[in-house]
Amino acid sequence: MPFDSNAMEKEVSVSGLTKIFGDGDTAVTAIANADLALVPGEFVSLLGPSGCGKTTLLRIIAGLEAPTEGAVEVRGQSIWNGKTRSTAATRPVSMMFQEPRLFPWFSVLDNVALPLRVARVDAKTRRERAARICETVGLKDFLHHRPTALSGGMRQRASLARALVTDPQVLLLDEPFGALDAMTRDSLNLELMQVCARAKVTTMLVTHSISEAAFLSDRVVVLAPRPARITDIIEMPFDRPRDLDLQQSTQFQSMVGRLRRALSEGA
Amino acid sequence: MHKNTLRTILPIISVTSFLALWTIYVHTAEVSAFVLPPPDAIVVALFEMVQTRELWDHALVTVIEAVSGFLIAVTLGVSLGFIMARVPPVEWAAKPFIVLMQLIPKIALAPLFILWFGFGLESKIFIAAALAFFPVFSNALQAFKSIEPGDKDVFTMLQANPVQRFFLLDLPNALPVVLTGAEVAVVLAMIGAIVGEFIGGNEGLGYLAVAHLQNLAVPELFGVIVILAMVGLVLYTLIGRLRTWFSPWHVSTGVA
Ligand SMILES: Nc1ncnc2c1ncn2[C@@H]1O[C@H](COP(=O)(O)OP(=O)(O)OP(=O)(O)O)[C@@H](O)[C@H]1O
Ligand SMILES: [Mg+2]
Repeated sequence: MPFDSNAMEKEVSVSGLTKIFGDGDTAVTAIANADLALVPGEFVSLLGPSGCGKTTLLRIIAGLEAPTEGAVEVRGQSIWNGKTRSTAATRPVSMMFQEPRLFPWFSVLDNVALPLRVARVDAKTRRERAARICETVGLKDFLHHRPTALSGGMRQRASLARALVTDPQVLLLDEPFGALDAMTRDSLNLELMQVCARAKVTTMLVTHSISEAAFLSDRVVVLAPRPARITDIIEMPFDRPRDLDLQQSTQFQSMVGRLRRALSEGA
Repeated sequence: MHKNTLRTILPIISVTSFLALWTIYVHTAEVSAFVLPPPDAIVVALFEMVQTRELWDHALVTVIEAVSGFLIAVTLGVSLGFIMARVPPVEWAAKPFIVLMQLIPKIALAPLFILWFGFGLESKIFIAAALAFFPVFSNALQAFKSIEPGDKDVFTMLQANPVQRFFLLDLPNALPVVLTGAEVAVVLAMIGAIVGEFIGGNEGLGYLAVAHLQNLAVPELFGVIVILAMVGLVLYTLIGRLRTWFSPWHVSTGVA
């Protein structure tokens, strides 16, 4: 599925984005003059070494961190007006953090339903919707457990369910499965891909894993550190739906090789 | 022997041996009954006391004082703790007073409170509140401050308003620690009420203890102490129950 970001409507657009933390001698440039656009339904990964500003970029798009310079738009609306976030513009955006961030005082179901509760959806409707999304991520038998009673993988499933329960248009994922073992990670990635495709959500995933980025994405954004910047954007030309066997193909291996070269050239 | 039977039997054995040693000591060493009466004399006195209306009236007064003082302390402690955690300048401004209040032995304020609020219930309630305030306040301040930035981010993303954030995040997050402070506070509130009654007035278990002392009714004095311990135990257990009830997720309650 080729994307031509100029020809299509833009779901997320980042232009001239710069973020500098601190000032004077201790100033750190987390992002330097980044340009990026995502079309609706696209799955894009941010791939780069530690400290190159991936989390910062995601947080600025999510409205959690103000940019130093540049603009971020979601569906044509500006996320930041100077240092103030626009609540209307961030409404269609949902974010899943690196840690599950579930609350132990709620059951799994109530954790997943939390966004709907904050949005004042009535109790019956939000239970139903939360239960349905829990089922799609394989948590059907754990609705009334406390999050502390779940395994790490199941907690991330619950966290993903919470991020999806409001039917977001844009989903931001910051190394969601980084702390899990390779096997759990593979199966969660497969489910993530299916869920995102079904929900037609525009997704931006931060990862350290080259094969994960290649497997999941339509395009991979390669970042380099010091100064932090986008060095390359590479399209992953594999048909969808994809399955785990894809990773064995020579075409996949050659894309992985290309990404690895792009990463080392930037460094 | 099985571990659980041991756990039931051992406390019974230790308490009985303690009472036996006490009895033997009092009789063999010929200790005056005005200094240390034997346990059976205390039990007899206690048995007679619990059948009088007087004792329960006094006990009720002490409970009312302690509980009212405790409730004032919890209300003030939690709201001040929350405000200072949320608006740091308020904490900076209040800091000298907080330090000063921590340094003063609060019990020394008791005579002053009698002077200001008279010999009635009010002065005892305020003494109880003054003693109980600190553990609730300092725990609440710590607890409301210790919200993880990542948890706040979740609520920012959800665009929760401040009231929603308070009830869905700040309060449940702080509750286990606040209630731990409340457990300590309820015991201190009892102490405050009793000390107030020692100093002035003619009501309450503290007053009753002093009255028995003046009549040299030593077994009855011990009886009052036992009743005080019981009342304290009931209040403490109640708060403990509340804590497990309200925060079953917390490690301190031991259920996942
Ligand atoms: N709140 C902050 N204050 C000061 N500096 C910060 C802050 N957040 C991030 N930085 C700096 O910005 C740079 C980019 O950080 P960021 O967390 O975005 O990196 P990252 O690519 O997500 O790294 P990782 O892969 O390790 O998560 C780092 O050098 C970091 O020290
Ligand atoms: Mg990061």
